[in-house]
Amino acid sequence: MIIDTNLYLSRWPFRRLEGDEPVPLVAKLRERKVEQGWAGNFEGILERDIAGVNNRLAETCRRFGDGMLIPFGTVNPKLPDWREDVRRCHEELKMPGIRLHPNYHGYRLDDPVFAELLKLAAERRLIVQLALAVEDPRTQSPLLRVPAVELAPLAAAVKATPGLRLELLNCTSQIGREEYAVALASGDVSMDISMVEGVAGLARLVRQVPISRVLFGSYYPFFYFESAVLKVQESGLDEASQKAICMENARRLTASV
Amino acid sequence: MLSRRTFIKTVGASGALALAKAGVSEDRGPSGDMRTWDQHAHLGQVPGDTPEERMEFLAKCMDRVGVERLILSQGYSDDRHPNPPEQFRLENDRVMRAVKAFPDRAYGSVYISPALPEFSIQELNRCVRDGPMVMIGEIEADARCNVPGMDPIAEWAIANDMIILQHEWLNALGNQPTESTPFDVVELARRHPKLQIVCAHTGGNWELGIRAIRSTNNVYAGLAGSDPTNGYVEMAVRELGAERVIFGSDVGGRSFASQLAKVEGATISDSDKELILGGNLRRLLAPVLRKKGYKI
Repeated sequence: MIIDTNLYLSRWPFRRLEGDEPVPLVAKLRERKVEQGWAGNFEGILERDIAGVNNRLAETCRRFGDGMLIPFGTVNPKLPDWREDVRRCHEELKMPGIRLHPNYHGYRLDDPVFAELLKLAAERRLIVQLALAVEDPRTQSPLLRVPAVELAPLAAAVKATPGLRLELLNCTSQIGREEYAVALASGDVSMDISMVEGVAGLARLVRQVPISRVLFGSYYPFFYFESAVLKVQESGLDEASQKAICMENARRLTASV
Repeated sequence: MLSRRTFIKTVGASGALALAKAGVSEDRGPSGDMRTWDQHAHLGQVPGDTPEERMEFLAKCMDRVGVERLILSQGYSDDRHPNPPEQFRLENDRVMRAVKAFPDRAYGSVYISPALPEFSIQELNRCVRDGPMVMIGEIEADARCNVPGMDPIAEWAIANDMIILQHEWLNALGNQPTESTPFDVVELARRHPKLQIVCAHTGGNWELGIRAIRSTNNVYAGLAGSDPTNGYVEMAVRELGAERVIFGSDVGGRSFASQLAKVEGATISDSDKELILGGNLRRLLAPVLRKKGYKI
């Protein structure tokens, strides 16, 4: 079975995707033996009524999948009264975590507001998912050109936030493996495999970072779901390692929520 | 080892299901997987100190994901624009060494440049006419493919029943000055209607690339070397027909996995998948493979 830590619900504004409606999305996940999927919402990337986005996300996760879909609400710390969004995600919508898109929401990782947001999340025991990219810059619409998040400042922010649990999503190859290693060594930081590339790229990754910090993430429906599964197969890792990546590492992350 | 399709269906389930045995057509292998030929592979960014070691690593990965054969090109220099010409020879020699060591897993494709037309014809004669190679490209060096220097190469390809794999992109951040676009490929293909030419990346921006080549039937859509964005193969099949879509991975910079997923995850028929994963490439290579007495 699989815990997929990187799903998105709703529609990507530039392309209709098979799986951008909850019924086919859940059907695909069931077909591919996904036990649990951590879902964000494409709407949270561009919309500013984040509370509305998060309400819809929670409602969709409640209505579809019989508990399979776990909502991770969006927080944009550049919006007025963003702390209330954190409170609602935690207290009212009972979410185990939040998902951030710093490059689309206009802040760097050395911005004091990011440090404050991490602190608030850690105090509430919320998992923080940090999306480093959404789309390859080479294929972006000219109307929405957004470079990947600059990762270097993350380590200092993590070190300054005891108790933080953070997962990097969409770990683009525009960021070097050494930078990922530094980020993962700074605290309880994990990364998903959706954008890990290169032949046997996953096997080579787990020689550079602790395997306990590597989580299955498909980035479905933006990516074909099968990409992440085949990366596990191509890795040649033993069954215990595959199981850790596909499920157990994510379980550990949620164990104390 | 589980077949690719069985693994996709059962990952995490402790390998409980037995190997599928569904092989029936000539495009199916003994494991039930579709016979997969990868048109677009390199030795670059693959572990190993020699061409043979790098190919050995690739073969292990191919076994894991059910790739039967790949077409290797470009060697493994960090410099994609070799100069002087001796560097092309070195890279082609590296490819031929890897193919010689794994004749059942790889065929070679010759690396040349339209910026060096006279040298390119010499290298075509050395590596294809008098050597073991079966394809031209991935051409990626020093000039766009619509330049006059590409004409003698195209004519040589037509005369020798060869197909060309041409690098191109439609980079939203801007192409390199000598980097081809799908429009350049179309221009060349219209000058040489009998040429069979594959766009290596279909623009990268595939929604644009597919449209760019749509009306030029001797141009094929290669799937290699871009993110596995959902909908790519469905649009290619809808607009071009499955017969004009060709699987490639662009390993070692890319994984087999992400590129195979474009086909395995697409909502298209199994018969279309068989064509894309290998049927089309075998059809296009058949004349040269037969001439050389190679396996199809």
